[in-house]
Amino acid sequence: MKKSRISNIDQGAIMKLNKILKNTLLIVFACFALSACATSKKTTGQMQGDVYTGTDTVEYLASGVPDRVFFATNESVLTTASRETLRKQAAYLRKNSKITIVLEGHADERGTREYNLALGERRANAAKDYLMTYGISSDRISVLSYGKERPVDSGSNPLAWSKNRRSVTVKAN
Amino acid sequence: MKILIKIIFFLIIIPSKSFGLIEIDITRGNLNPLPIAVSPLSIDENSRQNFEKILKKKDIGEEISKIIEVNLKTSGLFNPLNKDAFLQAPDIANLKPRFEDWNLIKAQALITGKVSYIDEKLRVEFRLWDVLAGKEMVALAFTTVPTNWRRVGHIITDKVYQRLTGEKGYFDTRIIYVAEEGPKTKRIKKLAIMDQDGANNKFLTLGNELVLTPRFNPTSQMVTYLSYFRNLPRVYLLDIETGMQEVVGDFPGMTFAPRFSPNGKKIIMSFAKDGNSEIYTMDLENRIVEKITNHPSIDTSPSFSPDGKFICFNSDRSGYQQIYVMKSDGSNVKRISFGKGLYGTPVWSPRGDLIAFTKLHKGKFYIGVMRTDGSGERLLTENFYQEAPSWSPNGRVLIFYRETKTDDKGEGFSAKLWSIDLTGYNERMVKTPTDASDPSWSSLLSN
Repeated sequence: MKKSRISNIDQGAIMKLNKILKNTLLIVFACFALSACATSKKTTGQMQGDVYTGTDTVEYLASGVPDRVFFATNESVLTTASRETLRKQAAYLRKNSKITIVLEGHADERGTREYNLALGERRANAAKDYLMTYGISSDRISVLSYGKERPVDSGSNPLAWSKNRRSVTVKAN
Repeated sequence: MKILIKIIFFLIIIPSKSFGLIEIDITRGNLNPLPIAVSPLSIDENSRQNFEKILKKKDIGEEISKIIEVNLKTSGLFNPLNKDAFLQAPDIANLKPRFEDWNLIKAQALITGKVSYIDEKLRVEFRLWDVLAGKEMVALAFTTVPTNWRRVGHIITDKVYQRLTGEKGYFDTRIIYVAEEGPKTKRIKKLAIMDQDGANNKFLTLGNELVLTPRFNPTSQMVTYLSYFRNLPRVYLLDIETGMQEVVGDFPGMTFAPRFSPNGKKIIMSFAKDGNSEIYTMDLENRIVEKITNHPSIDTSPSFSPDGKFICFNSDRSGYQQIYVMKSDGSNVKRISFGKGLYGTPVWSPRGDLIAFTKLHKGKFYIGVMRTDGSGERLLTENFYQEAPSWSPNGRVLIFYRETKTDDKGEGFSAKLWSIDLTGYNERMVKTPTDASDPSWSSLLSN
C-alpha cells in the first residue's frame, strides 16, 4: 500500500521516511504500552482478567454475605472469590434454615439471546452445585436464567459487561 | 386481537402469455434497479366517493399504487419513476398504454389498473406491461372487502415481482417481533405484529411479563414464543386470531428457543435443567415429547430444514458456540461452522440451500449465510451488535435486529429491525413505532 501511494518519490526519500516512521511507531508503541499498564493498574481494583472483582453492584443477604458471584466471558466456572462468597452464603443459609432462594443467572449483552439464556442457566447451576456441596438442600434452591435480559449496568464496555456476567442469590420467602 | 385474514380473492383474468421479455436477475446484487412506472390506479367518481366514506382515503386508487411503489422501491430491484413525468392519464393508460410516452421517460415496465366499488366490495384490476416490447405481461383482477386495500397493493406487488424475477414475492406477509421500551436494565417487552411494510402495527401482549423470540408457524396463524409469565420461563403458543395462549413447554425447568417444524405439527425447543440445555420436540397433537440431543454442553437455537429431515442447531460442545447439523432424530451430528469466531442462531432457508447465522469475531457481529454443509460462508453485514436473522418466505431477504452502543453517559442505546438482501446489498432499517428485536417473517398470506 505504501509503495503504490508514494511511487513517485525517489528511493532515498522512502528510506528516510521509513526510518522516521519506525521511530515514531516505537515511541507511539511505548506510550501505548505505558498507558496500558496505567489503565490495567487502575482496573485491578475492579476486574481480574475479565472477571468483575469490585463491589459497586453487590448487595448483601446479611452483613458480610455478598449476594452475587461473577464470571469470565462465556464461562460458568467459579473463581476462588466466587467460591468464598458462596461458602459465606451456605453458612448463612445453614443458620437460617427456613430461607429458600432463587439463583438468577445472567449473561452480558455480547452474545446471542438464546445461547445467553442457556449460559445464564449454567452459571446459576454452577452456584447451586457449590451451595449443595456445602450442605444446602436442592429443594431450597430454584434456578432462573435471565440471559442478557436484565443487565445491572447498562454500559457497553468491558467493565459493565463484567458486572452483568453474574449469578445473584435472591431470597424467595 | 382479532386480525382479518379471511378474504376471498377471485382471480378473474388468468395471466396472459408467458413468453417473458423483461427479466430481473435476483441472484446478484442489483445495482441497476429496473425503471418502472406505477400509474395511479384509475377510479370512477362514484366509487371514489364510496371508498372515501368507508376508508377515509380521498383516492384509494392512488393509495394502492403508492403501496406498490414503496414495495418495489424497498426491494432494491426496481426504481419507480416520478409520477410528475407521466404523460398519459391513468384511465386511458389502463386501456391501452401509449408505449412511446412511457418509453420517453425511460420506463421499461408499466403498471396500470382500475379500482371500482361493486356490491360493497373493492374490485381492483391491474396490468403489467413491457414498455419496450409493447406487450401485456400480466392482467389480474381481485374482489375483496374494502378494508383489505393495503393487502391488494401487496398482492399486486407479489405478482409483479414474480413475473419479472421468476420467483415468488414476499410483500403480502407480516412480521412478528418484540417491541421494546424503557431503560436497558428494566426493559419492557411486548409481542407485536405488523405488515411487512410496517403498517397495521399491533401489540399482542401488554408488557406485564418478559417475552422473547416469537416465531410463526407455516400458516402464520400461530406463534410460538418464550414468556416469563409468573417468572417461569416457558415456551408458549399463541393463536393470533383468537388471542388464545397456552404453555407447551411446561417441563421442570426453563424451555426456550422454540420454532415450528415445517409442517407446523411439532415445536422444537431447548429445555435447560441442572446446567445442561438439550433440544426436544413436542408433537402438538398428542403432546408426545422426544429428546433429540444428548450432550452435557449447551444445545440450543434449533431450526428444521424445510423438508423436515434435518435440524441445524447451536452447540458449544467444541468449547465454543458453533453450528451443527443432525438428522431430525438426533443422529449423525456434524459440525459445519469452522471459520474464525463464534457462531450462533442458525436458521435454515425456506429454499433449503442455505443456513443464515450470527457470527461474533473480534468484537464485531455479523449476519451471514453458508451452505448446509458449512461451505461457501458469506458475511452480509458487520456491526457492533446484531443477531437473529429470519428469512423472507422466498429466501431472498433476511430480517434481523441490531443494537447500538450505550455511551459513557448511558445514552445512545437502541434496538431496531433491519433487512438485507441475500446478495449483501440493499440494507434497510425497518421502521417500527418502538424499539424492536427478534423479528420473525411470516409465509405468504395468499398464494
